[in-house]
Amino acid sequence: MITHYGYTDGSGEYYISIDSDKCNSCGKCVKQCPMGVLEMVTEMIDLEDKTMAAVTEEHRKKLRYACSQCKPELNKTPCVSACVNRAINCSWRAS
Amino acid sequence: MSKESPKGSKEYWRWKEYHRVLSDKSWKGKDAITAGVDVGSVGSKAAIMIDGEMYAWAVTRTGSNSPDSANKVMKMVLDGTGLQQSDIKYTVGTGYGRVNVPMANKAITEIACHAKGANYIWGPSVRTILDVGGQDIKAIHCDETGRVTSFLMNDKCAAGTGRGMEVFADLLQIPIEDIGKASLNIDEEPPPVSCTCVAFAKTEAIGLLRKGWSKEKVLAAYTRAMAVRMANLINRVGLERELVVTGGQSKNIGIVCRIENILNVKTLPMPNWREGGLDPMVAGATGAALLANALYRKSQGN
Repeated sequence: MITHYGYTDGSGEYYISIDSDKCNSCGKCVKQCPMGVLEMVTEMIDLEDKTMAAVTEEHRKKLRYACSQCKPELNKTPCVSACVNRAINCSWRAS
Repeated sequence: MSKESPKGSKEYWRWKEYHRVLSDKSWKGKDAITAGVDVGSVGSKAAIMIDGEMYAWAVTRTGSNSPDSANKVMKMVLDGTGLQQSDIKYTVGTGYGRVNVPMANKAITEIACHAKGANYIWGPSVRTILDVGGQDIKAIHCDETGRVTSFLMNDKCAAGTGRGMEVFADLLQIPIEDIGKASLNIDEEPPPVSCTCVAFAKTEAIGLLRKGWSKEKVLAAYTRAMAVRMANLINRVGLERELVVTGGQSKNIGIVCRIENILNVKTLPMPNWREGGLDPMVAGATGAALLANALYRKSQGN
């Protein structure tokens, strides 16, 4: 399951997508994020509890500002690079 | 349904709370009686299933706290079934207030529940679900079993949501249940309002009314802007047929027609919920009750 966190507003599009099928629950991305944007959450998928990375509720509506220092438009942020399974992707576009 | 408030002014935004029991089914002698409770930001919904088949459901307005709303809708759904709360073997809570559903054995995100529910209501051909809730819009992709493959939620603001429509119903003094039809009652589709933000759109709408636009035309312009926003969200996750709309706004024909028009695709037909058919507004609770059934069976070892 791919979850697209983020939003589109008048200034552009800001999304972090996380693929729970690829996430191996290691939590490295959470440690790499300098802003505390990510956290590990447990959710039920196919009747099993699975622990996976997610964007915190607090940051979901302000990703544009929270993530800017890592240059997410290049999709090479510390969280993206930390993931061995490439479960995380950033999709940034100014309009 | 709009009704008179104590002041004598009409509450145009107020929609009808209701509950239904499918009397051709009986729970007597059945073991797997499960429930789903979906506490949304504006509406609370509950569903009861027997052996994974819909038996009863209820729709009510969410109050200021989630546990009270969950209790209220649960009481409503049990009404007329002869069932007691203790007869229900497993309950799944979902929606905005899911962690605060007192009778729930488990909380599951509304995304998973809506996909399962849409799969149950419309069948395995559903691939894209647009859920327009009271305060957010979600675009969900699922496979033929109702498993979520990808989703996107926009809850940054209430633009293009059920609550925004309630505000407009009040402003234009058109009962919320007639608002879809009214928005289509125009000679020519006006351009969409430039701002979908509810607060700004309201200001813009007042300006258009002053300019002499009819209520229907203003409503059409607002509905159009909301439909454009929803269509953008669907395009972002990718449109794959079949498309369905769930949540309260699935009953807004003005929204559904315009989405079909913008995306150039037909949605699967709306079940006849007024005549005993399943209700797309209850899709989340339906899915929750189905997942409750699966979890109950799993806990029983089969």
